[in-house]
Amino acid sequence: MNDVWQWLTFAGLGAFHGLNPAMGWLFAVALGLHRQSRAIVAASLLPIAIGHAASVASVASLLVIAGYLVPSDVVRVGSALLLLGWAGYHWRFGHRHRVRFGMQVGLWGLAAWSFLMATVHGAGLMLWPALMHTCLAGEAGQAGPVAATLAGVGIHTLAMAATAAIIAVLIYEWVALGLLRRAWLNLDLLWTFALVATGTMLLLA
Amino acid sequence: MVSWTPDPSFYPSPRMAMKAAPETLAYVAAFDPDRKAPDAIAVVDVDPKSETYSKIVGTTAMPNAGDELHHFGWNACSSCLCPNAPHPHMERRYLVVPGLRSSRIHVLDTKPDPKKPKIVKVIEPAEVADKAGYTRPHTVHCGPEGIYVAALGNREGKGPGGVFLMDAETFDVRGRWEIDRGPQHFAYDAWWHLGYDTLVTSEWGTPDTFENGLIPEVLLGANYGRRLHFWDLHNRKHLQTIDFGDKYQLVFELRPAHDPTKAYGFVNCVVSLENLSSSIWTWYKDGDRWAVKKVIEIPAEPANEDQLPPLLKGFKAVPPLVTDIDLSMDDKFLYVACWGTGDLQQYDVSDPFNPKLAGKVRIGGIVSKATHPGARKGALSGGPQMVEISRDGKRVYFTNSLYGAIDPQFYPDGIEGWMVKLDADPNGGIAFDPKFFVQWPASHRPHQVRLEGGDCSSDSYCYP
Repeated sequence: MNDVWQWLTFAGLGAFHGLNPAMGWLFAVALGLHRQSRAIVAASLLPIAIGHAASVASVASLLVIAGYLVPSDVVRVGSALLLLGWAGYHWRFGHRHRVRFGMQVGLWGLAAWSFLMATVHGAGLMLWPALMHTCLAGEAGQAGPVAATLAGVGIHTLAMAATAAIIAVLIYEWVALGLLRRAWLNLDLLWTFALVATGTMLLLA
Repeated sequence: MVSWTPDPSFYPSPRMAMKAAPETLAYVAAFDPDRKAPDAIAVVDVDPKSETYSKIVGTTAMPNAGDELHHFGWNACSSCLCPNAPHPHMERRYLVVPGLRSSRIHVLDTKPDPKKPKIVKVIEPAEVADKAGYTRPHTVHCGPEGIYVAALGNREGKGPGGVFLMDAETFDVRGRWEIDRGPQHFAYDAWWHLGYDTLVTSEWGTPDTFENGLIPEVLLGANYGRRLHFWDLHNRKHLQTIDFGDKYQLVFELRPAHDPTKAYGFVNCVVSLENLSSSIWTWYKDGDRWAVKKVIEIPAEPANEDQLPPLLKGFKAVPPLVTDIDLSMDDKFLYVACWGTGDLQQYDVSDPFNPKLAGKVRIGGIVSKATHPGARKGALSGGPQMVEISRDGKRVYFTNSLYGAIDPQFYPDGIEGWMVKLDADPNGGIAFDPKFFVQWPASHRPHQVRLEGGDCSSDSYCYP
């Protein structure tokens, strides 16, 4: 894959994740509204980004390890099936997760929440097709798979956090939350489609 | 069903919910006290422009007799917009309707025809008991982890009662909610402060002490419930008990402030053993702990012995028997139903520690038997009981039956069911809508009212 396109994919998926209210910007806004502090909105975004990065990085590292241990075709097909399975799970059971953090959450709790949300939503899995070229030892460039993966995860997280920050600030400062009633698209459904699409792409690659 | 935008009846905040269009239908639980005919959910037309205004326009009968339909709730509501566990594309569509006596749970679909809700699932009592360990399901609330149901008894119909969870899409009983119940034994109502990750529960008693009516010895011995319990909503652990003291009996309806940034709420205590008064208490956060303060006391009214049922003759007074309260969406007005005296009172609770009586009507009552401008007959039986307020705060509905086995203890001549509506002035003051008097079909008595699209005890909010 062309390098530029690859980085754009990481960044684009980051923006897609950042856009999703379930990935954190809405939580940041709500905490700001509760504690009547715009500083809280900003402060919340950091643990949200850290939790997201940790989730994506741990899923990516599984891929790196797999890349060292098994043939790349096996990794490809295996991860494709995992993505499709995750989509099914998301579709069927996405609504019934245990809720562990509420409005009194602290910054560590927020990071843990973000990690869990990204993980169960399969955020890291969605990056696999793009990561595959970087992570798998045989296909990585001179920098090696670990460094390349870290860069990918970094770009993804930056894009995610920037998108979330822009939306959070816009909503907190200027747009009333009434917007949610009309503009909250069913991203969960889009997300399921995205998981299916990436899974299929990998399978057919 | 897949929808691309959130259910239009979900509102991020109570302020926004107040702007909702007026309801056109009310759902009312109705039961046969003789347990011969099946209980039903009745649909009442509450659209003043309609030709069938104030008429029952639909009735969905349950498959069995003797359920004692009582309280019920929606599968999903505005809490689906909460940021920590968002499910904005669920539908507020199904009514979850438990039988308090049978422990059977019915799920009714209001979608294809809101006037003819259809039973789509019936969960038999054994399944509830097997999966949750509870019986006598009472309060139903939609919340962050699905449907929460407060149940009064354990599998054997004794204590402890508690809370269990149901799936909001499949309606599977998912199991007991509590991980650590601490000293909690009695159950009744349950609700929460989403802004403070706190669940609150109140106390009545175990089914063996109320299913055949209140037991005077238990009551006078102060052995019914008298405590509030505070829980960590997400860790599901008991945090704190507040005991009202052995003068107070039956701590019932929990009405936390709708604004999630406010850490206070109201609860009614039905009777004081000292003077038969009823009281309203404000619970509030005091540092890291919760505390309560009695803010309203409604005295008993002296009465002639021969006007009183056997249970009360010795006391020569009518207790107010405040058995339900409801808080308007702006947290400004608290409505208080005095089932004994027949008063429905409206308090301005803008200052939650200093309520001021703002309005009052009287209808029915053990002694007063007050009438209504729309009633065909003079003396009315029963008294104000389950109250529900429209989201905009302009209309208040209530019915007159408390509980099959208790109704005759206080109204031995029987209760003829009715449902009425008040018009409420936004600045305080209430008056009967003379055109709205629903004379209930004689076979049944009405209990809880739920309004189309949500009301003031159905939804909770995460944003101020």
